[in-house]
Amino acid sequence: MIKLPPLPAWARLPRQPLLRHLLFAVVGGVFFYLLTQSLSDFNDFEIGELAVYAIAIAGLSLLTGVNGQISLGQGAFVAVGAYTLAELQVHQPMNLVLELLAATAMTAVVGLVIAVPATRLHGPYLAGMTLLFALALPFLSDKYSNFFGGDQGLTVPPPSAPGSIDPQKWLTWIQLFCALVVMVLLANLLSSRFGRSFRAVRDDEVAASLAGVHVARTKVIAFVVSSACAGLAGGLLALSSGVVNTGEFPLSLSIFILAGMVLGGSGTIFGAWWGAVVVVYLPSQWSQSLASTFHFNHLLSANFAVIAFGAILVVVMLVAPSGIQGGFRWLGQHLVTLSTRPEPTGNISVALQHTTEPDQTGDSSAAEQLPSSGGR
Amino acid sequence: MRLFVNVTLGGIAEGLIFASVALGLVLIFRATNIINFAQGAMAMLTTFIAFSVLGRGVGYWPAFVVALACGLLLGGAVQLVLVRPVENKPPLNAVIVTFGLLILLEGIAGAIWGNTNRSFPAPFSERGLVVGKTSIAFSHFDVFIVVAVLVLAGLIGALFRFSTLGLRMRAAAFAPEAARLLGIRVGRLLTLGWALAAVAGALAGVLVAPTSVFSPSYMDLILVYAFTAAVLGGLDSPVGALVGGLVTGLVLAYVGGYLGGALEPIGALVLLIVVLMIRPEGLFARPTARRV
Amino acid sequence: MLEVEDLSVSYGAVQALRGVSFEARAGQVTAVLGANGAGKTTLLRAISGLVPVQRGTVRFGSRTLTGMAPESIVQCRVGHVPEGGSVITELTVEENLELGAAWRYRRRQRAEHIEEVYALFPPLKERAKQRASSLSGGERQMLAIGRAVVSHPELLLLDEPSLGLAPIVTANLMAVLVELTEREGITVVLVEQNARSALSIASWAIVINLGSVVVSDRAEIVAADSDLRHHYLGF
Repeated sequence: MIKLPPLPAWARLPRQPLLRHLLFAVVGGVFFYLLTQSLSDFNDFEIGELAVYAIAIAGLSLLTGVNGQISLGQGAFVAVGAYTLAELQVHQPMNLVLELLAATAMTAVVGLVIAVPATRLHGPYLAGMTLLFALALPFLSDKYSNFFGGDQGLTVPPPSAPGSIDPQKWLTWIQLFCALVVMVLLANLLSSRFGRSFRAVRDDEVAASLAGVHVARTKVIAFVVSSACAGLAGGLLALSSGVVNTGEFPLSLSIFILAGMVLGGSGTIFGAWWGAVVVVYLPSQWSQSLASTFHFNHLLSANFAVIAFGAILVVVMLVAPSGIQGGFRWLGQHLVTLSTRPEPTGNISVALQHTTEPDQTGDSSAAEQLPSSGGR
Repeated sequence: MRLFVNVTLGGIAEGLIFASVALGLVLIFRATNIINFAQGAMAMLTTFIAFSVLGRGVGYWPAFVVALACGLLLGGAVQLVLVRPVENKPPLNAVIVTFGLLILLEGIAGAIWGNTNRSFPAPFSERGLVVGKTSIAFSHFDVFIVVAVLVLAGLIGALFRFSTLGLRMRAAAFAPEAARLLGIRVGRLLTLGWALAAVAGALAGVLVAPTSVFSPSYMDLILVYAFTAAVLGGLDSPVGALVGGLVTGLVLAYVGGYLGGALEPIGALVLLIVVLMIRPEGLFARPTARRV
Repeated sequence: MLEVEDLSVSYGAVQALRGVSFEARAGQVTAVLGANGAGKTTLLRAISGLVPVQRGTVRFGSRTLTGMAPESIVQCRVGHVPEGGSVITELTVEENLELGAAWRYRRRQRAEHIEEVYALFPPLKERAKQRASSLSGGERQMLAIGRAVVSHPELLLLDEPSLGLAPIVTANLMAVLVELTEREGITVVLVEQNARSALSIASWAIVINLGSVVVSDRAEIVAADSDLRHHYLGF
């Protein structure tokens, strides 16, 4: 094991969580800006999708990895956000920022309605209820097809770009900007008092309540935050797909988001990006190239993505419950010993503890002084 | 009045199907504290296997037996291979594994049998019985549903109540460590419990298939209705699962009959929310139900 | 005879037992004493296979128990009454006893062995069909011991049977234990915080502190040693 010398002061990361998270966001923003400048329109579209799914996955990751609850119906909350934005554009068009905020808020309210009864109890209630919600929601739009636009759905025109900017690039930037803002907000939430309560409730509800944490309220807050993320993702998704109908939000969307979260590393905000890459590319490009390489018949190609995501959920949970980000963390620990940390324990709930401090690259004293800050 | 009678009868038949799936959920939950979200998908797979067997022209009853036997094997295998490794992990791990299995099985069934709607035969007429001069919405097949579910529930109940094996299974479920100190091989009994639960599911799969569109996702809604029924019954009470199934079946039948079928899933969601708000421990929870 | 040799157990970083060795002679009560957290419960759990052993061996008669599963160790005629009894409260008194006998006896034989337990603990017979959750603390402890002895073990491990019981109830339990050892020749390992009552029926005593055996001697000698009593036994 190599013990690195401490980095000079100018090379250290800021100790203030907010500053540190902003710095990462700016670096990420510059990276994505350069990426969109060098890529074609179609790739821009996919990078936009990547950002959108990263938002939804990061929200779920907070709920599951940090707070120890699970939603099997995150796709339905995405649908609520998308429909809210579309309905607003049809009935009451306003500023895009307000529309996105409204989509987020509306989904948060729906999340509240689901969470309040389900989180009063310890157990699998939230999981079952969110699954029921995901399966029930499409029936609502069938029943009230006049309002929800029936099978055709509602059309959402793309936002108009200022000046001579390419509309697709403009939309991608909006999506990326939203994603980076959400990441900074979530990272700060996790390094705040709320983040500590979330983790305390996950680790031991009884101990948390003895320590003065209001367990039910904390669980509701975590669920509402994760629904709000899904709602914003839904609003942004509506903008890029141009149409909102029930076919856009099958149960498999919920599965993809959950699988992306599990694969990326539950409880880590940065892991959401790895998950998003898989969610965007696996059902389309990777499936197609595998199908043509191995000559899948049409039934297998049609079901390949579903099989793959199901297998991801099962296999990752059994073999490497802390996901990709957990794997990187493990590698980091084994290549360079910075401070004494426990081994990954094969427990998804503790994945976060291994992925909290992003400043792995040098200063061990800083890493020790900073309380766990909830990933990047 | 006639509508009410017909809706009620339909609700009873449907409710017993929910009860059968709910019974499987409860047997597993009270033994391992896990909700098996793949319960419906496992039943779907065994029903599709029966469908393939039927396609070879062997007749309904051999296929029926094949479905239940495959349920027994599949349930045991799932417990041994997928569930045992996550048993002592946080409960979320098990939720994700069983949910992943749901998707995986649906994908595999889609890849083998296609995602189109098939039709699965019923062993008895699905035409309404004639009482006096009027025909009611309750067929010979509905009678079969009622009898089959009650017989299976009765057999499982008798096993638990009257046999030493059942006593051991109850001990293993309630107090695994104390059970081990009494020489009980808890691990094997958990496998057996999953196998029995999967048989209850497989029965429901075969009973649902003739009356609904038969495709790889046809058990999804049944699963969440059964979950509602199980929560209503208290999640760890087999009797509660039966009663909860009937109540859920009736409530959904009234919602569907009077407000429109598309509102049934919403009705289930509302029912679940109401139950959790008013009586979160369910109707039949045992006194030491796990609450915080 | 139970022989424990150099037994070590750890929970993660915490070393609960450090090389514990002792013998429990056949047909006698061996008391295991010590303060809370000294490792007494862990010792019993290691003997009956509930916690993995890091190092050392446990032999009972001609058999080596180390490495066996708890359900197999039971079949070597080892009965373990855990702390608090852990009767299965959802089952009736009789069902609890049935379970205790089930691994050894066929259904028909069980009734007579259960009757023997009822003779030993008459209050249980009155409550045979009631759920164990309705029992008092003393009755639960009777049921827990009855459930272990119904299969006629040769070694009985008892973890704090007097915990939370009134002195008179404790005295009765101890009397029954004496009767059992004398009549059936059972080897008893009795873990107790209530050192006084344990020493009154034990022939040998060991005192554990921080996972190690600090004293191993005849019970009267331990009871008479005022320093020892003062330091470790609290009476």
